[in-house]
Amino acid sequence: MASLDRFRNLCIIAHIDHGKSTLADRMLELCGAVDPRDMRAQYLDSMDIERERGITIKLQSVRLDYRDHVLHLIDTPGHVDFGYEVSRSLAACEGAILLVDAAQGIEAQTLANCYLALENNLEIVAALNKIDLPAADPDRYAAEIEKVLGIPANEILRVSAKTGEGVSELLDAVVERIPAPEGDPDATLQGLIFDSHFDQYRGVVSSVRIMNGTLRTGERVKFVQAGSVYSAEEIGVRRPDPTPIASLGAGEVGYLIAGIKDVGEARSGETITTPVHPAPALEGYLEPKPMVFCGLYPIDGDEFTSLREALDKLRLNDSSYTFQPESSGALGFGFRCGFLGLLHMEIVRERLEREFNLSLIATAPSVQYVVHKENGDIITIDNPSELPTSTEVSLVEEPFLRATILTPTAYTGTLMELCQARRGEMIKIEYLSPERMELVYELPLAEVVTDFFDQMKSRTQGYASLDYEPAGYRSSELVKVDILLNAVPVDAFSMIVHKDKAYNYGLRMTEKLKELIPRQLFDVPIQAAIGGRIIARETVKAKRKDVLAKCYGGDISRKNKLLEKQKAGKKRMKNIGRVEVPQEAFVSALRLDD
Amino acid sequence: MSAPVESTDFGVYVHIPFCSRRCDYCAFATWTDRDHLIGEYVDAVCLELDRSVSSGELVSATSVFFGGGTPSLIPGELLVRILDRIPLAPDAEVTVECNPDTVTAELAAIYFAGGVNRVSFGVQSMVPHVLTALGRTHDPASVARAVGFARNAGFLKLNLDLIYGGAGETLDDWCETLDAVIALRPTHVSAYALTIEPGTPLASDPARHPDDDDQADKYLAAEERLRNAGLLNYEISNWAVPGDECRHNELYWAQGDYLGFGCAAHSHRQGRRWWNVRTPDRYIETVAAGESTEASFELLDPEHRHVEGLRLALRTNVGVPSDALSDEDRELLDPLLEEAGGRLRLTVDGRLLANEVAVRLR
Repeated sequence: MASLDRFRNLCIIAHIDHGKSTLADRMLELCGAVDPRDMRAQYLDSMDIERERGITIKLQSVRLDYRDHVLHLIDTPGHVDFGYEVSRSLAACEGAILLVDAAQGIEAQTLANCYLALENNLEIVAALNKIDLPAADPDRYAAEIEKVLGIPANEILRVSAKTGEGVSELLDAVVERIPAPEGDPDATLQGLIFDSHFDQYRGVVSSVRIMNGTLRTGERVKFVQAGSVYSAEEIGVRRPDPTPIASLGAGEVGYLIAGIKDVGEARSGETITTPVHPAPALEGYLEPKPMVFCGLYPIDGDEFTSLREALDKLRLNDSSYTFQPESSGALGFGFRCGFLGLLHMEIVRERLEREFNLSLIATAPSVQYVVHKENGDIITIDNPSELPTSTEVSLVEEPFLRATILTPTAYTGTLMELCQARRGEMIKIEYLSPERMELVYELPLAEVVTDFFDQMKSRTQGYASLDYEPAGYRSSELVKVDILLNAVPVDAFSMIVHKDKAYNYGLRMTEKLKELIPRQLFDVPIQAAIGGRIIARETVKAKRKDVLAKCYGGDISRKNKLLEKQKAGKKRMKNIGRVEVPQEAFVSALRLDD
Repeated sequence: MSAPVESTDFGVYVHIPFCSRRCDYCAFATWTDRDHLIGEYVDAVCLELDRSVSSGELVSATSVFFGGGTPSLIPGELLVRILDRIPLAPDAEVTVECNPDTVTAELAAIYFAGGVNRVSFGVQSMVPHVLTALGRTHDPASVARAVGFARNAGFLKLNLDLIYGGAGETLDDWCETLDAVIALRPTHVSAYALTIEPGTPLASDPARHPDDDDQADKYLAAEERLRNAGLLNYEISNWAVPGDECRHNELYWAQGDYLGFGCAAHSHRQGRRWWNVRTPDRYIETVAAGESTEASFELLDPEHRHVEGLRLALRTNVGVPSDALSDEDRELLDPLLEEAGGRLRLTVDGRLLANEVAVRLR
C-alpha cells in the first residue's frame, strides 16, 4: 500500500493554555496553508465562545502538505466534558503530538487523554512548549513525562509555538515516528465520522476518516448506527478552506456533506459504508449520555415556544444534550435538559441566549438519581422535586466519579480537605516527581457539578488539573431539602443533598431569599424543610409603608402612572403562597457563584 | 360600580414660579434666578385671566389657590392684583402658600384686605438641624412670628406644612416638631413623608434617603398627636379641625373642574386635562403673542377616569364603594380597610399602604 505511505494522521493532545492553537497556527504557516495576510490567532477555533474561553468545543481537521508528505491534523476538544469526542478523534489517527507547557508540566486531563491514545496504539510525539518563557524548566518536565508515560526524556522535543522555534523539527519527528495509515482502498467503504456540525446553508458537515475503500462524490452512503442512507453531495478536504475533491481513499481524512439536516444522524463514532454489502460497524460508538441536568425556563413565559424552537435548532448542531418539557409551579413552563457536564451546560445555555436572543433561568444543576422504593419499584429521577417522600423510599443511589487530580505538592493538603468536604474517598496518592502529586478520589458527581472545579482552581492558584470518568452508582444518605415560602414549597429551589449538608443548604437558601424577596403585606416565613421537619427559618417582615405622600392637581397624571407601573410590576411577579416573588429573585437565588 | 361623588365646586390655581433658593428635595417648576421677570409674569397671568373671563371659560370660583414656588416672594399688591381678576363665589376659599421667612405684618394685612382668607406656611420642621439637612433657611422662631402676623391680620384658617423623614431626624425630633406646631393652634396640618423625586440633588444622595419603617413610625406619631389636638385626618397627608378642610384640594380628590394659570399650571375639565408651558419666560412670550399657553393635554377615557376617581377618593375619608375591590382582594387587604355605609375607607395602617389598595381598585 505504497500510496498510503505519504499520509500521517495525527492530533494534538494538550491542556488548555498549553499552546495547542498557537502550535496549529505555526504549522499552518510552515506548510504554507494560510496566506500570511489572512492569518489570525487561533485560526482553527471558529466559534466566538471558543475564542473567548480559549477552548476548543467543535473539532476541526486540516490537511497540510509538509515536504513530501500529507498531514491530516485533527483538533481535539479541550475539556473533560467532551471526553467521548476525544476518543473518536483519537480513533481517526495513528499518532499524536503531546504538547506540554514547559513551565507547568503535564496536566491531569492531558495525561488521561495520553493514556487513551496509548490504549488506541497511537504513537506519541512529545514536545515541551513555551521554552521561550523565563519560567520554563524543560529538563524537569521532560523527566516527569518520562516517569508518568515512559517516553524517554531525550526523545522529547522542545519548541516555542510562539516564536516558531523547533516547530519544523517537530514536524520532521511526526513524519519520521508516526506510522502511515493502513487500509485497503479497494475494499468496501468503511469510514469513521468523528465530528459533525450544522451549517445553515449546507446542512450537516461531517469530518470523516476513511478506514477502507474509497468515498466518491455522488455515491450513496449508509450511516450504520443511524440506519439511514444519504447521497454524498460533496466531499472535500480543509486546507484549511474547504476544497472539494472527487474522492477520499483509505487512510485519508476529509469532510462529507450529504444533505443531512440533523447532526444526530451523523454522530461522532458513526460508521459510514456502502448500502449494498455494507462493511461492519467500527468499534467504540456510544450514544451521548447526559450526566448533568437542569431546568431551563424563559424569564418571559411568552418565550416558551421560542425556547422550544431554539432547543430544536441548536440540537441540529449539538446532538449531545437532551431536553423534555416540564413545568414548575414557581417558574412556569420550561425544559429539563441533560448535558455532558457543567461546561457543556453553560455553553448550551450561553448559545441559546446569544444565538437565539433568549433570557433564561437555569435551575440548580442536578444529577440522575436511582431511587429504590419501599414497594420494590426502581425509578430514575433527574429533577429533585420528583423524589418521593422519605417514607416511600428505601434507598437512593447517586452517580460517582473517579477523579484524578494532578497538583504541585504544596497544595496536596488543601485539595485533600476539599475532596473530603465533598464526600470523596481517596483511592490513590502518589508522587509524579518531587514537586508534583497525583491524587485519585472517588467523588459523588453531585458534589463536583456545583463548584468543585472553581474551588480546586482557587485553592491551587490554578495549578491543579482535573480529569474524571464515571465510576458507577452508590447508595448514599441523601435527603431532599424543600424551601417553603409562606408554608408553600417552591419546587425550583428543592435540592437533593447529603444529610450532613442539608442544614447548610437550608440556611444558605433561606438567608439568600430573605434578601431577595420584597416585603409583603404580611410577614413571610421562609423555611427550609426535610420532609415535615423545619431545619432553617427566616422571616421577611411585613412592609409598613407604601404610599404616595402627595397627590394634587398637577400631580395626578404622574402619580397615576406610578401606580400603573406598580400594578404592571405585580403582574410580572410569580405568586407563590400569596407571596409576590420577582423573577430576579429566582435568577439570583439559583445562581451558583455565590 | 357607583360613580365617585361629583363635586359642583370650581377651582382656580395660580402658579408663582419664584423661590429665593431651591430645596434639594424639590421637583416643582420653580426658579431662583428669574426675579426680574416677576412684574412681566404677573402681567401675563392677569392678561390670561382676563381673556379667560371674557371667553366665559372662567366663572365664579369656589376656591383659589396660590401655589409655587413661593407666592409670598412677590409683592403683596401684585398677588392681590391677580386675585382681583378672578370672579369669586360667595364664601370662596382663597389660599396663599407662604414661606414663613418672607411673611411680615404688612404682607399679611395686604393679603387679608385683598380677600385672601387662608394662609399655608411651609414649616417642614421645627428642629434646626433637621431644617438644615432639608436645605431650608428659616429659623423655627420665624414660624411663630409669621403665624402671629397672620392671626393679627385677621386670618382664621391657618395651615402648616410639614415634612418627615429628613436625614438625621429622630422620632423625638419629629415629635418635637409636632408638639411645637400643635402649640401654634393651626386649623390645618399637612404632613408629608419626604419623597425622593427623580432628578433632584437628594435623589443622587442615597445616604440621605428616608427609611420606610422610620417614616411609618412618624406617620403614626403624627396621627396620634394631631388627633389628640382635635385635628382629624381627612386625606392621607392632611389633618384639619372639622369644617376647616382645604376645599380647593378636596376638589382635586373629587375629580372636580379647575383652571390653572401661570407657567406649568394644570387644568382639568370633564375628563380633559391640560397643562401650560413650563418656564416663566416661555409663558410670558406666549401670552404676549396671544397664543394658547397649553403645552399638552390628555383625555381620560371613561374606564381610566373611573379608576383614577377611585384612587383619588381612596386617599380621602370619602373612601370608595365596597364593590371597588374583588372579594379576593378585599380579603387580602382586610386589615387595611374599614367599611361604613357601603363604602370602604383606609384604616390608619391602610393609609400607610394605600398603594397596595389603589393598584387593586376596579
